[in-house]
Amino acid sequence: MKTAVSRTYSANDYRTKESDLTARVRALESILLEKKLVSSDVIEKLISSYENDIGPMLGAKVVAKAWSDPAFKKRLLENATAACRELNIGGREGDNMVALENTPTLHNVIVCTLCSCYPWAVLGLPPNWYKSPQYRSKIVIEPRKTLREDFGVNIGPEKKIQVWDSSAEIRYLVIPERPEGTEEMSEAQLASLVTRESMIGVGVVNPKKSKTKAGRRK
Amino acid sequence: MRSSKYKVQDSRQEVKQLISNMDGHAALPRKNGELVFQSPWESNTFGMAIALHKNGLYDWEDFRNLLIQKINEWQSKPTANRREWNYYERWISSLEELLVKKGIITRKELAQRTFEFETGLRDEGHHSH
Repeated sequence: MKTAVSRTYSANDYRTKESDLTARVRALESILLEKKLVSSDVIEKLISSYENDIGPMLGAKVVAKAWSDPAFKKRLLENATAACRELNIGGREGDNMVALENTPTLHNVIVCTLCSCYPWAVLGLPPNWYKSPQYRSKIVIEPRKTLREDFGVNIGPEKKIQVWDSSAEIRYLVIPERPEGTEEMSEAQLASLVTRESMIGVGVVNPKKSKTKAGRRK
Repeated sequence: MRSSKYKVQDSRQEVKQLISNMDGHAALPRKNGELVFQSPWESNTFGMAIALHKNGLYDWEDFRNLLIQKINEWQSKPTANRREWNYYERWISSLEELLVKKGIITRKELAQRTFEFETGLRDEGHHSH
């Protein structure tokens, strides 16, 4: 991630600047969309053609470490922001991150019902479907059905599903269950199994790296 | 508007060409050879600037020259009078200025809309176009 830079400004200045620029860019984008000079589809495609997977890789690293190091996992669940910082991950909107652990009886899913708040410091830019109005409403109303029908993920009846609504203040990251048969794996090997979808909660981690991507919607 | 027919690979090639002659201070930030964006607004700015050019609103050279000019302006300001360096902030400034110059948008509507976003008068309709 970012290497430490000398800071001659306070965290507050930083936040102000980021939010100024966010508003400014959104304003321009909204005017251009309104005038139909550009479509958000094309913008997204241009970005995604360039966005490498640095984002999700960071999240995968966090998950793999949590699986391998119980003390780290404990710190992560207590204060995800601080724990991620140990790995040099975070800053900016990585502030106030909360890690949610999936267990044999609980499955966590994240959404942002208002817009598209996303733990992008660890997962990169949000996928298109995450921002779609369909996902944002459906996952809240019928999580089990949405996971099954739209993501091909069957969550057994023994598991409670908890949907978490992200906001600008709190961003969630799901720590998926560690698959069986991975006891001998190194952290790096484990990280390669962890998908972006599993950290949003719309996928599960398979013991073998699969080429097929979950979470494809039309 | 061309949209769904777009092939990601093609656009990657095209973009590569566009940015290939941006170097020195105008060069895009990279990590391991790949472009990096620190925030969503940065990648959106990048996406908009290229999309608008592709849609024929301006020549890439015009954008690039303005960008170089903006970068130079920042550099020639005394340290006390400038915010810390952010590459894509120069992009958004250049993009706004170019669109205003071309008469595509006005400063006034830009200011008004920015105010609406800042104050929450206009909220997240943005993604559900």
